[in-house]
Amino acid sequence: MNKLAADMYRGIIKDNPTFVLFLGLCPTLALTNNLTNAVGMGLSVVVVLAITNALISMVRKIVPADIRIPVYITIIASVVTVMGMLMEAYMPALFESMGIYFPLIVVNCIILGRAESFAAENGVVDSFFDGVSSGLGFLLGLSVLGFSRELIGTGAVDMLKFRILDANHAPTIFVESSGAFLMFGLIAWMMNTIKLNKEKKEKEIATAAKAAAKAAAEAKKAEEEKLSIASAQPESTQPEGDLRG
Amino acid sequence: MDSVISILTIAFSAFLIQNIVLTQFLGLCSFFGVGNKEDSALGMGLAVTFVITLSAVATYALYIFVLVPFKLEFLSTISFILVISGLVQFVEMVIKKYSPGLYQSLGVYLPLITTNCAVLGVALLNIDKSNSELSLGMNFLIMIVFSFFTSSGYAFVIYVFALIREQIAKAPIHAGLKGVPIALITAFVMAMAFNGFVGMF
Repeated sequence: MNKLAADMYRGIIKDNPTFVLFLGLCPTLALTNNLTNAVGMGLSVVVVLAITNALISMVRKIVPADIRIPVYITIIASVVTVMGMLMEAYMPALFESMGIYFPLIVVNCIILGRAESFAAENGVVDSFFDGVSSGLGFLLGLSVLGFSRELIGTGAVDMLKFRILDANHAPTIFVESSGAFLMFGLIAWMMNTIKLNKEKKEKEIATAAKAAAKAAAEAKKAEEEKLSIASAQPESTQPEGDLRG
Repeated sequence: MDSVISILTIAFSAFLIQNIVLTQFLGLCSFFGVGNKEDSALGMGLAVTFVITLSAVATYALYIFVLVPFKLEFLSTISFILVISGLVQFVEMVIKKYSPGLYQSLGVYLPLITTNCAVLGVALLNIDKSNSELSLGMNFLIMIVFSFFTSSGYAFVIYVFALIREQIAKAPIHAGLKGVPIALITAFVMAMAFNGFVGMF
């Protein structure tokens, strides 16, 4: 259970596909003009990634190393095609709004990346949960971007049904295509700064600990010297005493 | 005359107005990954232009002559990606055999192109764009012009982007902005500039 929690933490926070690894940028920028699209895309990737990871893990021992990439791509494309048909049947509006970005999940670097770096070397259950955690990390990244773009750009979030600003006063640049780069850049800047500050703080703590250890060692050394001086004292004072005497 | 103008409009709009990177968000992984040095950006841009134009012809022919007659349109994604990866492999082998010099400069980028979403994206956009009212030959011509100018738009933007980033690398900026964040902001400014072309036609 602890291992699962650690895997989840790694996939969602530490190696977040969107803000740390910068993978799968096409849908990240194209489908985050509102939260509904972002969540739809994120959930599709969670499902596709979990299924493809499990399937690839199943066939990992029978696929020759030379042709593994075409085999993986075929598996991924099949899963995406089936998912696309299901979506078209049951969620036509969402499928329509995703347009060509849905079939493009096939070439999303996260999917092939996880297949190559995790599913090709691990068991089926582990690969499945790895897919879920990386997918959730992607979903988190997309939701953060979609939420902030929709909120700032239109003044409201349709999916959560609240409004902070009149639509006429909202800076629409954030829901336009160029605003995607700006919002993502600003969030990435923030994340990067937080990461750097954390590292700096850890470094400071480490150097402070080192300095404290050094000081303690020096104090100990001084103490020992003092002791040795003190113990040497009688001998060194002896001649003086003798002289005085 | 009308058809010439419409072809020119398609070319101009594919190259600048509907720029594949800045307004369609395709090919972004390689755009941010490779677009930090002038040489590699140029190499990648040329390789992508070549592969997109070639694979657009191959996938469109496959769609019109095989998938549509046999009612297999639902297989388009899976067959396109296989055609593209096979084609990229083939191009790599041909270039390696007949032009070692070109292979030296383009070879490293070719395997990366299979998973470049711009290639599959243009193949899928071509299907969406095909107009049943026009003749097959006209559709084919429009498709080739669209694919070539879309991919040239990619090459142009990634080259300009690399030139800007080489200068930014020397600028004193906040530590948190270094790397991808400043690249994203640069892309934002470029996208705003390209928005200026909207409405020219």
